[in-house]
Amino acid sequence: MSLYAGIFKRDLHIAFKQKAELVQPLMFLLMVVTLFPLGVSPAPETLQRIGPGVIWIAAILSSLLAMERLFRDDFQDGALEQYMLSGMALPAVSAVKVAVHWLVSFVPLLILSPLLAMFLNLTYDMYIALMLTLLLGSPLLSLVGAIAVGLTVGLQKGGVLLALLLIPVFIPLLIFATSAVDSAALQLPYQSQLAIIAAMLLLAAALAPFAIAYSLKVSQN
Amino acid sequence: MLEACRVTCSKRDRVLFEGLSLNVNAGELLYLRGPNGAGKTSLLRILTGLSAPDDGCVKFAGQDIQQYPKDYYRQLLYLGHKSGTNGSLSALDNLGFWLAQHNVQQNQGTLYDTLAKVGLVGLEDVPVRYLSAGQQRRVALSRLWLKPARVWILDEPFTALDVKGVAMLESAMNDHVSKGGLVITTSHQLLSQDAGEHRVFDLEYRF
Repeated sequence: MSLYAGIFKRDLHIAFKQKAELVQPLMFLLMVVTLFPLGVSPAPETLQRIGPGVIWIAAILSSLLAMERLFRDDFQDGALEQYMLSGMALPAVSAVKVAVHWLVSFVPLLILSPLLAMFLNLTYDMYIALMLTLLLGSPLLSLVGAIAVGLTVGLQKGGVLLALLLIPVFIPLLIFATSAVDSAALQLPYQSQLAIIAAMLLLAAALAPFAIAYSLKVSQN
Repeated sequence: MLEACRVTCSKRDRVLFEGLSLNVNAGELLYLRGPNGAGKTSLLRILTGLSAPDDGCVKFAGQDIQQYPKDYYRQLLYLGHKSGTNGSLSALDNLGFWLAQHNVQQNQGTLYDTLAKVGLVGLEDVPVRYLSAGQQRRVALSRLWLKPARVWILDEPFTALDVKGVAMLESAMNDHVSKGGLVITTSHQLLSQDAGEHRVFDLEYRF
């Protein structure tokens, strides 16, 4: 157990040494959300209608920016080889690395979300729904994204392929998440949408670590 | 002790080697030679278990390394072309985290002593990317003194090292072999007297 705590500490340590890479996706998110009112229309009702979708799309795109960082450095400097030769279970190592990635790239986003909700004139109910969908959906983004990163990490210019692989996978998540927030806007119950996102998350949490480990092994060949 | 039985490896439709058998015993230094592209690195990666051979198997102490990886990895130290050190961490942090991953307990004093031994006094806290290529290599090499592993697999360990560094590494290999360890190394320069007795294994470039 302490072995995996060591990886957790190491990754956090590295993440905070590379502050620019930490802040970049957040800045991107903030910019997209602030530009929308200027580009579309500053009318409060319009913003309220498009708000949940804008925040979710911006979150997905900004997560794609940060996603590659997950294994890129470890692959390039050979740390991944050393993990594989340490006798640790690779699925557990991947799970820890994904957890750290979620902590450093999505938790700041969750903290920022009240501000974004205010920008886009979301009601309190909509904000709560948005928060819940982000809380359940963002670990799913990290887990599924990590599989694709594992597959593309050995390729040059894997970024384009990464986006192509992931966007179709993220579409169902986007549909259920925004539909939950829309239901909240109409004062309707939205537990069913949340339940579906939670089910996807649980499935990913159970299977993704093994898929990530396998994809990393394949990338070594 | 480490045995490759009839391994075959092909890359991009070119067979690098076919049915290659190799047996390295404890207390032996194997010097793997061959032109660029002959498959030295591929062979070493197969011996570590990082990549799987197309055919054949690798055994350590009579056990297949794919089936019993734990025993093997406790005894294995592999240094590849990539150093496995993170550029934004200091030498001390890099080694500390690496030792924790490999489940080796060493106190801070030993870490400082080892870094001093490889000639990095005063550079312990500098992020590794600010060090020269040779110094970065020395950080990676200091693992040799820290993990009590019996099998060393070193891929081009002399790259970027100065004359003193080469001599130090060669005598470390000699030491390790005389204590009953096993070293497999590749290099394009000949091993000198410091490395002691060694067996040469030639890989040929195949078309």
